[in-house]
Amino acid sequence: MTSQQAGQTGPAGEDTGGPERRVRVVLVDDHRMFRTGVQAEIGRTEATGVEVVGEAADVDQAVTVITATRPEVVLLDVHLPGGGGVEVLRRCAPLMGTAERPVRFLALSVSDAAEDVIGVIRGGARGYVTKTITGTDLVDSIFRVQEGDAVFSPRLAGFVLDAFASTDAPPIDEDLDRLTQREREVLRLIARGYAYKEIAKQLFISVKTVESHVSAVLRKLQLSNRHELTRWATARRLI
Amino acid sequence: MPVAPPRPTAEPPRAERAERPARSTAPEDGAPWRRLYRSADGRLLGGVARGLAGHLGVPVAWVRLVFLGLLLADGLGILLYAAFWVFVPLGIGGRAAVEPRPLFETAEDGRRRLRKPDKGQLFALLALAIGCLIFLGDRNTTGNANRYLWPTLLIGAGVVLVWRQADNARRASWAAVDSRHRRLFQIVRALVGVGLVGTGLTVFMVVRGSAAQLGNVLTAAIAVIAGIALLAGPWLVRMSQDLSEERTMRIRAQERAEVAAHVHDSVLHTLTLIQRNADDAGEVRRLARAQERELRNWLYKPEGTGKEEDEEPGTLAEAVKKSAAEVEDKHGVPLEVVVVGDCPLDDKLSACMQAAREAMVNAAKYGGEGGPVQVFAEVDGRTVFVSVRDRGPGFDLDSVPGDRMGVRESIVGRMQRNGGTARLTSAPGEGTEVELTMERADA
Repeated sequence: MTSQQAGQTGPAGEDTGGPERRVRVVLVDDHRMFRTGVQAEIGRTEATGVEVVGEAADVDQAVTVITATRPEVVLLDVHLPGGGGVEVLRRCAPLMGTAERPVRFLALSVSDAAEDVIGVIRGGARGYVTKTITGTDLVDSIFRVQEGDAVFSPRLAGFVLDAFASTDAPPIDEDLDRLTQREREVLRLIARGYAYKEIAKQLFISVKTVESHVSAVLRKLQLSNRHELTRWATARRLI
Repeated sequence: MPVAPPRPTAEPPRAERAERPARSTAPEDGAPWRRLYRSADGRLLGGVARGLAGHLGVPVAWVRLVFLGLLLADGLGILLYAAFWVFVPLGIGGRAAVEPRPLFETAEDGRRRLRKPDKGQLFALLALAIGCLIFLGDRNTTGNANRYLWPTLLIGAGVVLVWRQADNARRASWAAVDSRHRRLFQIVRALVGVGLVGTGLTVFMVVRGSAAQLGNVLTAAIAVIAGIALLAGPWLVRMSQDLSEERTMRIRAQERAEVAAHVHDSVLHTLTLIQRNADDAGEVRRLARAQERELRNWLYKPEGTGKEEDEEPGTLAEAVKKSAAEVEDKHGVPLEVVVVGDCPLDDKLSACMQAAREAMVNAAKYGGEGGPVQVFAEVDGRTVFVSVRDRGPGFDLDSVPGDRMGVRESIVGRMQRNGGTARLTSAPGEGTEVELTMERADA
């Protein structure tokens, strides 16, 4: 995955608005080879607009580097020594909330197991892509996340649908925890492999509306933490 | 007990026989070690006679006759048989040559067993019954022993029942064939065995006239048992802890070995293939993808061993994933599968899966160069929805000539025959999407 796809990253830069758009990125992954690979793939700033400002190999390093460099997007591996990506998200939570220049997280992992995906999304990551992604798509995803949008792979959309389908949410807070019909529809189309643009065309809505639906799903997913917690506590007879 | 070591029979391989050779380690010169086992197949009681027969290379009827003869000699046969039963492990032995067990067979024995198995069996049974009757009649005449005979028989029958049970449990753990009925049967049998032994003991006591002191005896017995438990308790606990720890370690080691074996079998093998095919980018990609999927299955499946691929899928999700994997391997086009929900397969859904598979094959064949094929399956209440979507060149539905039956028969026709619907959306340059909808048969 080198020369062939590196050639494709050129057009991607143009697609996303050309090199005048810049995004500062920190790579967190415990495999040096992988960091080097990603760096080679997306790190040519003039072509892609992505500037890698730091790298980290474990949780402690990651927190230090992220706090010091304040990147706009962190590419975060899910499995890390020292507690995993979820731990990084927990410790960097204050940085995500800041009004100006918040740090946003995009999870990047080999695993597409449901618990990994849902875990980091609940931890506050704005998207989840697997390591089989092409350089072009990765750059695209990074910019999307930087703008505050969610990046949903079809697989991730499937997990979310699955999670909400099997959740017997309590009647209170229904509007909060349940997906609306429209959101479900959007997720279903994402799961079927449609791009945001195609979904907009299919449902006769604008791309912006699609994106806001997706963001709403993400918000609900994080908020459903509470119920998750309640269920966990009840299961262990703590309440 | 002089029973465990194998008895020498034939001339040449005797020298190589050791006291307790492991079954798997065959000696270097090729002559297999033989060890005495009780036979698990075709046994009447404990499999002792058949095991011995197989071991010694003589017909099983002879062995039974010998036991019978010994039985008449003051019941020695019973004692001997019981001793064999207790001390000789259950195994595979003494079976006729119809079964491929060359380790335990001599050729002539096999042929003999093959010729007249039923006659010999009947004869042995008959002789056994007659012998038993003679034995019992013999006891009866002596009068005094008569009072102990029936309790003893009861106890014997109970013990036999329970011990056969133990054998069955061991066999089941090898063969792993078990059903609920069988388990129930086993429990009943154990209970009956225990009941028989209990009755026998009680009758024994009553006959001996010690029933009056039953209370005292029981108290004393309980006191002794409690004392022993107190004394030996800590030691037993310690031993069981050590044992379980040892078992944990062993399981861990086994698991590690299995992982190593799996990685060795699959990953290293694939890497070698990739090295060899380094110039063929398509082949390398195909290999890597197949390997990735297999490894992922193996790692993330809860009880996955990665070797169950040949089994028929039982649920929709498995069926979709299996079809996709096969198409992916065959056509070298990546398929991204998303499954939401799951349900067991019924006839209608199987038809739906076949149609979906056909759609996947079509997508891989004609639309594969436009990027990965997206497969989406969802179980929503009673409805099952499957979408197969490629980003290939697409085609004009109306321009397909009437003699092309692929889509029309395999997908649309099949769905309709089974009460579902299929919808095709395609436009030149926009790719093709096949949407299949099917109602589930059951609730």
